[in-house]
Formats: sequence, C-alpha cells, structure tokens
Amino acid sequence: MLNILFFKIALGAYFLSTASFLYQLISRREGPRRFSYAITGVGFLSHTLALIIRTIEAAHIPITNMHEAMSFFSWALVLAFLLIEYKYRIYVLGSFVLPLTFISLISSSALPMEIKMLDPMLQSAWLGVHTIFAIMGAAAFSIAFLAGVMYLLQEWFLKSKRFNILYSKLPSLDLLDELNYRAISFGFPLLTLGIITGSIWAEYAWGTYWNWDPKQTWSLILWLFYAGMLHSRLSAGWRGKKAAYMAIIGFVGVVFTFVGVNMLLQGKHIFV
Amino acid sequence: MDIILVGLSHNTAPVEIRECLSFSGEHLPAGILKLRDYEEILECVILSTCNRVEVYATVEKPELGVARVKDFLHACQPDLPLEKITQHLYIHKNEGVIRHLFRVAASLDSMVIGETQILGQVKDAFDCALLNKTTGVVLNKLFKKSIFTAKRVRTETRIGESAVSISFAAVELARKIFSNLRNKTGMLIGAGEMGELAAQNLVNSGIKEIVVSNRNYDRALDLARLYNGRAARFEDFLQEMVNVDVVICSTGAPNYVIRFEEVQDIIHRRKNRPLFFIDISVPRNIDPEINKIGNVFLYDIDDLQSVVETNLKTRKEEAEKGEHIVAEEVGKFTQWFKSLEVVPTIIALKDRMEEIRRKELERTMGRLRSLSPEEVQIIDGLTNTIINKILHNPLVALKLEAHSTNGLLYAEAVRKLFDLEIKVSEKETPGEES
Repeated sequence: MLNILFFKIALGAYFLSTASFLYQLISRREGPRRFSYAITGVGFLSHTLALIIRTIEAAHIPITNMHEAMSFFSWALVLAFLLIEYKYRIYVLGSFVLPLTFISLISSSALPMEIKMLDPMLQSAWLGVHTIFAIMGAAAFSIAFLAGVMYLLQEWFLKSKRFNILYSKLPSLDLLDELNYRAISFGFPLLTLGIITGSIWAEYAWGTYWNWDPKQTWSLILWLFYAGMLHSRLSAGWRGKKAAYMAIIGFVGVVFTFVGVNMLLQGKHIFV
Repeated sequence: MDIILVGLSHNTAPVEIRECLSFSGEHLPAGILKLRDYEEILECVILSTCNRVEVYATVEKPELGVARVKDFLHACQPDLPLEKITQHLYIHKNEGVIRHLFRVAASLDSMVIGETQILGQVKDAFDCALLNKTTGVVLNKLFKKSIFTAKRVRTETRIGESAVSISFAAVELARKIFSNLRNKTGMLIGAGEMGELAAQNLVNSGIKEIVVSNRNYDRALDLARLYNGRAARFEDFLQEMVNVDVVICSTGAPNYVIRFEEVQDIIHRRKNRPLFFIDISVPRNIDPEINKIGNVFLYDIDDLQSVVETNLKTRKEEAEKGEHIVAEEVGKFTQWFKSLEVVPTIIALKDRMEEIRRKELERTMGRLRSLSPEEVQIIDGLTNTIINKILHNPLVALKLEAHSTNGLLYAEAVRKLFDLEIKVSEKETPGEES
C-alpha cells in the first residue's frame, strides 16, 4: 500500500508546516518562511504521489468514500494556497490554510483507508468528474471563508485601533476582500459543474437527473446562496465586511453539505 | 596611536551652538584639510549634521590631539569663546570612539531612534574625507565597519520599520486598508500644516490624485497645483467624497464639518467601497460616531499619536537588540585595533621564530647523538645567529615605522605573513573619558 505511505509522509509534512506557519503568526520576526514553504511543498508533492498511486492501485478516481474525499479536499486546498501565493504572496495566509488542511487530513486518516471494490452503480467516469468539481469548489469556498475571517480580524483591528503582531502581518482589507471575491468566482462555476455532472451521473445510475436527495437539495441551496452573494456584490456593493460574513456562512453550508448531510440525514448519497 | 573623538550633539548642545559649529557641504573640505594640517593629527573625519558636529581623528598623543581639535573648532568660529564650546563637548578615546560611532551610524544615538538619514550622512562624511585623503588604515576601517554595523542593525532588528510621525502613520494605515494607493484618490479639506504634510506624504506614496477643497478657493487652487491635483469648491466636498478614498480633514472650524448622516449617505452611494478619514484638526471636524459605520475608518490626531507612540516603543525595544549587535562589533573592532600595535607584533614574531628554531634543533639533535656538548653549543649558536640576522632588518623597519600610520600596515602584513596570533589582555582596555 504505497499510497498510504506517501499519504502519511504528507500528513507528517503538513503537521510540521502547520506548526511553522503558526509559529510565524506569533513570532515578532518574519519567522521560518523558507522552511514553511519547503515543507508545504514536500507535503504537497508526496500527497500528489499518494493520490496518483492510489488511482493506479484502485483503477478509478479515488474519491469514493469519506477518507478519500477529505484527502482530496486537503490536496485541493493546498493547491489553491500555492496558486494564490504565487500570485499574491500573502505569506500569512498559510497560517490559516495549513491548520485547516491538517485538520481535514488528520480526520481523513482516522477513517478507514483501504481501497474497496467499487459498487457497480458507482463505476462511471461521471462520478470521478463530479466529485473532483464538487470538492475543488469546496476548497475554493474554504479559501473565501479564510479570507473572510482574516478580513474581519483586520477590520476589527483597524476599527478598534489595536495594533498587534497579527495586524502588522495581515495584508490590507482591499486585498482580503479581493481574495474572497476571486475565490468565490472561482468556486461558483466549479460548484455549478459539480451539480451538472452529478445529475448526469444520477441519470445513469438512478435513471433520473434530480430526485431531491438531501445532498442535492443542499447543494442547490449552496448554489443559490453563492449566486446571490456574487449578485449582491456586483449590484448592491455588498463587499468588505458583509462579503466576509457571507463567505463564513457559506462555508458553514459547505461543511454541512459535505459532511453533515451524511451524518444527520438519510439519502442515496451515502458514500460521500 | 589612539583614536579620539571630540564632538557635540543634540544631547549635549543647544541648537544655537550646533548651528554655529556645523560645516555645511561646501565648507567641509576646507575644514577637514585645515584640520589635517595640524601636525598632531594623523587621520581625520568630520561628521557634521544638523544634530551633531563630531571630529574623529587618530593621534599620537591623545591629550595633545584633543587640545588641537578644540583649537581647530575655536579657530573655525572665533566669535564663540573656547569655554562656551568646551562645556558642550564630549570626548572619547579608542574603544569609546568606536562604540560612539557605531551607535551613531546605527541611529541608536539619533533624536528619533531608527531614522535612516544618519547612515547616509556618515557615508557622506567618510566620502568627503576619502576624497581629500585625510584618512588612513584606521579611520577607513572604522568607518567601513560602522556602516556595516548600521546595516546589520537595520536588517536584524525592526528598528526602522514603523512610522514615527503622524503623517507617515496615516499613510501606513491607508496601506492597511487599500492594497494599492496608485489607483486611489485622496482629498484634503482645509489647509492646516499637518494636513498638508499628510497630503504630501500620500502623494509621495504614489496616490493617483489629490483633490483639495478649501473655504478660500484660490488657496485650494495653489495647493492643488503643488500636488499636481485638482481643486474643488468647499460647498462640493461632500459630493466629491463619493469618489475619493482617503479624506484628510484639517480645517480651523470650531464644529463638525462632516456629520454622521452625510457619511452614511455617501458610503451607500459609494456601494460600500471603504473610506478612510483622517481628522487632524483640533477641535475635531469629523463626528467621531462615523467610525461605527461599516467600511468607514476614522482616525483623529490622538489615534495617530498613539500609533506613533506604540511604534516608538517598538523602536526602543528593537534598539536594545541593536545595542547588542553594536557591542559585538565594537568587540571585534577593538580586537583588531589593538592587534595593530607594533610592539606585540614584534614580540609575537620573535616568539614564533624561537619556537621554530627550538623544534628543528631538537629534531636534528635527536639524530646526531655522537656530538660532543661543545659541538651542540656551536650548532645552537649558529641557529640563533641565523634567526637574528634574518629578523634584524624587519624588526628595525617595524620599530622605525611604529609611530606612523604605515607602521600599522607593516604590523598587519607581518601578522598575516607569519600567521601570528596576538593576545590582547582585557586589562589594557582604556576606559572612556568624558
């Protein structure tokens, strides 16, 4: 089970990178910037390898149970972080993204990890495409959520005139708001594609495009929420603090749709 | 040889004395050459800024050198009685000079700790001395090391990081709200001195445009021209506010010029784009309540003052770290300076030769067991003579040059060529004089 070995290396690397990013958050100095990036890179590479090997070992896209979904979510989150870093260089973002990645990955590692034979019903390329879109969308919304949290912190520092280490490390409000907006305008089409490919697959598997399964219903609610959020920004200027709050509420919805629905509600979407 | 420093600064002398004694740009070369002409002065550098006038020199006899520098200062300003100058002077010797210059260059001795100008001024003073060839081995190395130390302090501590003036603090805050000032517009309402300074700083930070509004429209036009901006009639400033991002208010009005409801309306019309108000007027011209409106940030003069004070406190804390770095570098430099002394070099050289001679002699004697004691003595004498003959010329040259700046070069060369280690005992450290 080579994929599990690389998965564990990634987990270890993300643990170190979380620790080093959190240290830089409280340290007066710049902190071990290079180390943080390097170890994150190591984690990402070995995680990528783990996913590739698992795809080969399982002979299908490995997003078919909760462990795999959480693992892929963590991977997408770090991918998003690395892309944002490349463009914006918001070093402090790592102090927010990496802890979330680590939590998600360690939860994933607590779940059954072995590759199982796939239910014949699930054997369709649409399934893989559907889950990839849906989870990458969730990762983008998570970035928007973190940008929202950072925005609210920075806004509070500026309004209450408190100038601490975190204030000096956080970027400008403008930039955080832009990050929030960009992340959502990226996540929204992914979610849309996720819903569309999901219903195409549902047609194959169940013979119907839409059957108001709780997961489908909640995805639709999310879709409407984020559509409304984008619309209100463009038409009514709901930016800044309001957008930050909305990104946080949206994330709660994402987590519920992703995890909560399976635990609390009964439906056909039992796997992921 | 000793390094001496005779000087005065904002810590010891009032501005009337400082301005009298300072050397402006064109007078500096003449001054430094005049100083150089004194027989007792071997090397010299004059550092003259608006906060300090300091003469650095290497001399043979420190007491005499100090007296000469005092004469020199008096000669430059004959109207000022010598006692009047002397009472404000501080005098340092050797390690004291090194520490003082390192602290000055690192801006630890500045009026505003961590300011960046002083390093440039130290460089300029050194360049002027280099150009006029008034420095030698010791002062060259001293000034280069002081610049190096200053850079170390700047990069290894956060001494120069945050704004310590009100107008810079305002710009710094603007940068935490807006990511890029280049596509933002500022507005200056009123024409208080502080407001103008803040507007100027915004311009320097690359803001796209400044709109100036004033009760006196002509004054607004004048200022707008100064900032390459645009003037707006005083009645229209609320209207303008829909499109600007930073508002600096500093009118002399006794009441609120900008009110809560107005800002609420404006922010709505701006579609919630953030608006940053800086109220530097006393009494305040902007209703403080507006800070409660979303996407509106209001800072008054007290807020900015407290930002500045926090930053100053940080600088002082960072200055502590700077002092450690300075102490470290002073230690290194003092070590080097003392090793330049010719006498220890001579002793070390002799010791090294004697060591080699003895070692080689022992080895050879171990193989020549058949020699009689007499023959052993002859060989011993022979090696001794060879060493002495070889060393004769170098030692004479070293002793001869011991009291000139060249001597230092000779000593250093000898140390390097023969890989000599010179032990400097701590007890010899001369104390500071003041």
